[in-house]
Amino acid sequence: MTGYILSRVLRAALTMLVTVTLVFLFIRLSGDPAAALVPPDAPQEVIDQYARAMGLDQPLWQQYLGYVGGLLQGNFGFSIHTGIAVEETFLGRLPFTLHLGITALALAIFIGIPIGALAAIRRGTALDRFVMGFSVFAFAMPNFLFGLVMILVAALAFSAFLGGENANVIWPALTLGLAAMGSFARFTRSSVLETINAPYMRAAEARGVPFGMRLLRHAAPNAAIPLVTLIGLSLGALVAGSVVTEQVFAWPGVGQLLVRSVATRDLAQVQFLVLVVAFTMVMANLIVDMLYLVIDPRIRAK
Amino acid sequence: MSEPHRGESAPRAPLLSIEDLTVALPGDGDRPEAVSGISFAIAPGETLCLVGESGSGKSVVGQAVLGMLPHALPVTGGCIRFAGAEMPPQRDRAFGTIRSAQIAMIFQDAGASLNPVRTIGGQLAEILAVHGIPKPDRRPRVLEVLRDVALPEPERIARSYPHQLSGGQAQRAVIAAALLLKPDLLIADEPTTALDVTTQAEILALIARLKVEHELAVLFVTHDFGVVAEIADRVAVMQEGVLVEAGMAEDVLQAPQHPYTRKLIAAVNPTPRTLGQHGDTPILDATDVNLIYRSGFLGNRKALHAVKDVSLEIAAGRTVAVVGESGSGKSSLARCLLRLEEIDSGSIRFKGQEISTLTGAPLRQLRQSIQVVLQDPFSALNPRQTILSAIAEGPIIHGMAPADARQKAAELIELVGLSAQSGGRYPQEFSGGQRQRICIARALALEPEVLIADEAVSALDVSIQAQILDLFADLQRRFGFAILFITHDLAVARAIADDILVMKSAEIVEHGPADRVFAAPAHPYTQALLAAAPGLDLFRRGSAA
Repeated sequence: MTGYILSRVLRAALTMLVTVTLVFLFIRLSGDPAAALVPPDAPQEVIDQYARAMGLDQPLWQQYLGYVGGLLQGNFGFSIHTGIAVEETFLGRLPFTLHLGITALALAIFIGIPIGALAAIRRGTALDRFVMGFSVFAFAMPNFLFGLVMILVAALAFSAFLGGENANVIWPALTLGLAAMGSFARFTRSSVLETINAPYMRAAEARGVPFGMRLLRHAAPNAAIPLVTLIGLSLGALVAGSVVTEQVFAWPGVGQLLVRSVATRDLAQVQFLVLVVAFTMVMANLIVDMLYLVIDPRIRAK
Repeated sequence: MSEPHRGESAPRAPLLSIEDLTVALPGDGDRPEAVSGISFAIAPGETLCLVGESGSGKSVVGQAVLGMLPHALPVTGGCIRFAGAEMPPQRDRAFGTIRSAQIAMIFQDAGASLNPVRTIGGQLAEILAVHGIPKPDRRPRVLEVLRDVALPEPERIARSYPHQLSGGQAQRAVIAAALLLKPDLLIADEPTTALDVTTQAEILALIARLKVEHELAVLFVTHDFGVVAEIADRVAVMQEGVLVEAGMAEDVLQAPQHPYTRKLIAAVNPTPRTLGQHGDTPILDATDVNLIYRSGFLGNRKALHAVKDVSLEIAAGRTVAVVGESGSGKSSLARCLLRLEEIDSGSIRFKGQEISTLTGAPLRQLRQSIQVVLQDPFSALNPRQTILSAIAEGPIIHGMAPADARQKAAELIELVGLSAQSGGRYPQEFSGGQRQRICIARALALEPEVLIADEAVSALDVSIQAQILDLFADLQRRFGFAILFITHDLAVARAIADDILVMKSAEIVEHGPADRVFAAPAHPYTQALLAAAPGLDLFRRGSAA
């Protein structure tokens, strides 16, 4: 078990290091950052001056070491436009994104999983077909389109505006969580179907365990195992989706900040946000791996 | 058909009686009824074996008694009475108080019938909780039954998860669960089929002991007359939903009336084969082969010695059976000989030429000469490939013109006993036995000189097993290839082998001609295996006759 934990933590650390390196390299490959900062007609001396000021004249490996060293000390850089530390801007936006993301995830979990389980239990009925139809719709619908249609309908029919930072979080969250909801429903259905037909379910029935108890105490813990993986992985889709959703709903979160930073070539800000997203994903996977230890005794034994 | 009630000389009133039970089989089943008008009774403390092959309806009867038939299988006639009272309709809530408390049931795969994420103790205590036993009484009772089924360290077993138990321990735990509420009847549905022979013998002995100690009546569902000979008081034989023979165990075993019963009994005690041709020079031989599996990462590296100093030789036209229990290394040995594993040391020679170091083109060429037939004919065939194309694929890869390869495949399809027109069909349109014929045809398409059969009949019903074994022997006579037949089943080894190798814990412990090994086993393990084989008496009778 210690070996398991150790290897997962090491793997996570390694993934982060690779990500940091790739982000560093790609941003430098995407063109001379100093040239991007100055007006197009600026003379070469001005560009060189900027480059010197930002340390871009040093050899690549020195820049890399300085960059990684800075990261380790919590020195993430400053926005080129505002001069504010990038993490500060980020932290200011974070509550909005957390509010949106957690609501979206909660909607996906608390609607997707129960309807998927219900579809499995009522397999082959109209309810099952409806849930499956809905999940295909939810999964296939691009969230910018769904969000725009929702805003349009609300505006035309109810004269209500669903966007902006004072709007109810439920609307952007529904848009953001829709795809995850569909995939959770579908996945729960197949996972529950697999477990309710497992031999131990029949054995529990033969031992006189009532239906509800079989479902809750025997099927649910087993069906949950693959779902934990799915939920962990879908965090990535949520982060990606939040970029679009926040834009559509004018929601002042991290996604919107990222779009704005890319548009204005605010390199330090973009760099930091990409790392944060990567870090979120790595941590989510690490947490999923650790959760396995709790919910699956077969892994604990290894 | 003989009189079903023939053996009913039981002095006491029956505990369970089934009268004219009929269960419909709607939809596109191969017959209109899963079970057609069967009747039998079990007296208190009596063991009745319900015998039949897959699809005979024997498990349907077991499920019907516990009210567990799915909606797809409605009871259309007859009645089931338990302790004098008629049973509620299928799936009725009233069964909640009958299941476990009065009638308990155990299944074939004990490991799978335990919830993998909950402890044994928790699952057993749950049964007591469901039936209203107060909390303080649960744990002592759980430990008591675990001790009763002779599990070592009951406290530790109670804390364990199913994957931490061996197959035999899991089956004991499941039997313990069945005993918790002191039922009067135990329904055991093929409870030992998935177990090794020595474990099977222990479990059968356990059930026999519990039956006496707890005055338990047992409805034992099985396909194996060897098991019947070990534990049955009475026997009922089912074929395609109909009870074809019933009676006292000795009577049925000694003087079976129905041809189907005779066929099933014959499968336990096959006629030893007439020896294959005597080839003197080995076509495939191995010396001191070692295989070690290494796994793990960082702190938990593991090494498993799967094959240890194994030497063997097979001559053309001969059949060598490798016999061993699960985990003995026999399949790993097959993988070494097939060059699917890189051996750690030793040598393997084909026609005298070293093959354990071959790579690239020479290795690919060698693969033609050594072919394999695997255990599970369902997963061994690609469901999206017609059988003709599956059989022709090998020769085409090895350079035969596609038209010729298809011609040859068509001939092979007929040769293994399928109709010539079936080439364009897909594997799922065939039965298990037919699929194994297809797999054999596929192996033979490359005209191998050695055929390795890894548990090739273990997934098949006994009567189909006999047909496939005949097919192997017949094709061998015709083409003269050598067969290495890997099996856990002594009856199968006896039916097919000229020579026997017995494997235990990665090593060969005994090696010799089949008749000598069966008549006078030298190694204690071989002796134990033979002694554990169910229906040994049947065996003896057969050899004497």
